[in-house]
Amino acid sequence: MGSNVTAAWKAHKRGAYFANPCYTQIHPTCIPVSGDHQSKLTLMSESLRNDSRIWVPKKLEDAKAIQNKTLKPTEITEENRDYFLERRYPAFGNLVPRDVASRAAKERCDAGFGVNATGEAVFLDFAAAIIRYGKEQAHIKGLDENDTEIIDKLGKDIVKSKYGNLFQMYEKIVDENPYETPMMIYPAVHYTMGGIWVDYNLQTTVPGLFAIGEANFSDHGANRLGASALMQGLADGYFVLPYTIGNYLSDDIRTGPISTDSKEFEEAEANVKKQVNHFIQNNGSKSVDYFHKKLGKIMWNKCGMARNEKDLKDAIREISELRNEFWKEVKVPGESNEFNEELAKAGRVADFLELGELFAKDALVREESAGGHFREEYQTKEGEAQRRKEFQFVSAWEYNGEPKDAKLHKENLTYKNIEVKERSYK
Amino acid sequence: MNLTLQIWRQKNAKTKGKIVEYPIKDISPDMSFLEMLDVLNSQLITLGEEPVAFDHDCREGICGSCSLYINGEAHGPDRRVTTCQLHMRKFKDGDTIFIEPFRAKAFPVIKDLIVDRSAFDRIQHAGGFISVNTSGNTQDGNAIPISKHDADTAMDAATCIGCGACVATCKNSSAMLFVGAKVSQYALLPQGQVEATSRVENMVAQMDLEGFGNCTNTGACEIECPKGISLENIARMNRELMKASLK
Repeated sequence: MGSNVTAAWKAHKRGAYFANPCYTQIHPTCIPVSGDHQSKLTLMSESLRNDSRIWVPKKLEDAKAIQNKTLKPTEITEENRDYFLERRYPAFGNLVPRDVASRAAKERCDAGFGVNATGEAVFLDFAAAIIRYGKEQAHIKGLDENDTEIIDKLGKDIVKSKYGNLFQMYEKIVDENPYETPMMIYPAVHYTMGGIWVDYNLQTTVPGLFAIGEANFSDHGANRLGASALMQGLADGYFVLPYTIGNYLSDDIRTGPISTDSKEFEEAEANVKKQVNHFIQNNGSKSVDYFHKKLGKIMWNKCGMARNEKDLKDAIREISELRNEFWKEVKVPGESNEFNEELAKAGRVADFLELGELFAKDALVREESAGGHFREEYQTKEGEAQRRKEFQFVSAWEYNGEPKDAKLHKENLTYKNIEVKERSYK
Repeated sequence: MNLTLQIWRQKNAKTKGKIVEYPIKDISPDMSFLEMLDVLNSQLITLGEEPVAFDHDCREGICGSCSLYINGEAHGPDRRVTTCQLHMRKFKDGDTIFIEPFRAKAFPVIKDLIVDRSAFDRIQHAGGFISVNTSGNTQDGNAIPISKHDADTAMDAATCIGCGACVATCKNSSAMLFVGAKVSQYALLPQGQVEATSRVENMVAQMDLEGFGNCTNTGACEIECPKGISLENIARMNRELMKASLK
């Protein structure tokens, strides 16, 4: 099981502060939920929004008919479609930022206009782009610009050359041809901007422990910077660390090899063994996946696209209860000294169950809305993120045993050249 | 859907494996093949049995972790997909499905359906890289013009995800499609020219050392490759090797 939490979380438990855990990027263009079995809500590329129009039916009865599969999306006429992003944000239309597009989709679906069986999907339609490209190509090639058949073919060719691989991916997963019927999408979690707190040298609060790339929090604020997975690894690894780590190493380079015969080493080894033995010997009744899925549901429902005080408090309590149940009831088959996927997974989920609670706690403390963190209590009249001056800080959490005891350190942010403003996409 | 699964179970590399039958019920056609195995595993865990070990990570066809030889085909019956992108709608209610690991001498079984593909890593280490000066006077990539055709062909080769389906499919367990793709992605670009000679020689030598077989041009690898890597890459690797031997 892949995990990009465990290493960072272990460092946190050994003294590295954890920064901004609540900032979460939610992608509007993901495959919708089809059932409990689904292991992944695959992200279609955001590039799709460049050429498509997002809509739901205008009439509730049409939405119900689509959900029951008695009506096809192509049968809904133009005037009965609600292009809700274009309606709400005429200047930016379908290209509004991800958090705005995601919340707008959720708003329509919560109001009952969702377009799949679960009511949690909106249409992403390429029909207009196919006609636009088709006409353009017909014009370039000197063909009849009014012949719908020619336009359709030429337009589809262009869409195919631009997005063919994504369309194929969609068709494989959903079993529908997106050239003929609009795609269905719904927001899903994609990225967490938080990570281990580091200084300008990329050193954590543990002297000598440096964190680079996605493991740290340094490049993002509340919004994720695009293509940052690769960028941050390269920027930190190529351009920052080579110039900063030397300063630390210059004092430390003659230390030589560190013996494993120390109290600290033995203690760490004993802790790992204790955890492994607990998992293997614990005669529980529930699989690791049971807890993983349950945690995921709590996070998504109560600490997801839109958050509020009550839900966050519930989430903190529920996660803490789930964690207690996990340690009592988890069942890990197999042995400790063999290839054992379930054992590895149990260790990961144990970490998720702690991070999840800190995540909700951070979201509760941050009583403002900013980028990937939206508090329902703090929004403007237009439903935009409401910034509050007293929250212009990085939250850096210090580990103190249980997540509820984590201590908040504030790194204040001072803005000299840029004025902090509330966003507007009107 | 109700299915009968015939799955290869093997405790570790040293013990003998065997096919074990598992009936499974109420599988949705919308599930991916790996999600179907998740369902089986959660049932096995509840029954107190050991789950079936299989490789997976990204579950969207780009990491190259998932494998499986399904009904005698690498990544199963669908074309141009990895096992994680194979959906149960490709099977019929009542089907019996045989699931085995990728088999090759150079890919020893670790457990059940998981094989050790680190031989591919060692081939990459032998030459699958370029040297770039990062000391501050790096050449701007835009200052090296590359024709569209070369860029596209190099990109096609670079889409190889190193899953090993080519090896599993080949009757000779040859890794030439993989090595050909990895050699080609650099051989086609100016940045790859510095190490062109040593790269192909070292990668082919490592490939032979790992115990992969030779190519007899059956073309099975190209058909089963989830990324559609073309046989041309094998020809290009052979040309590069020939060129290198004359230097």
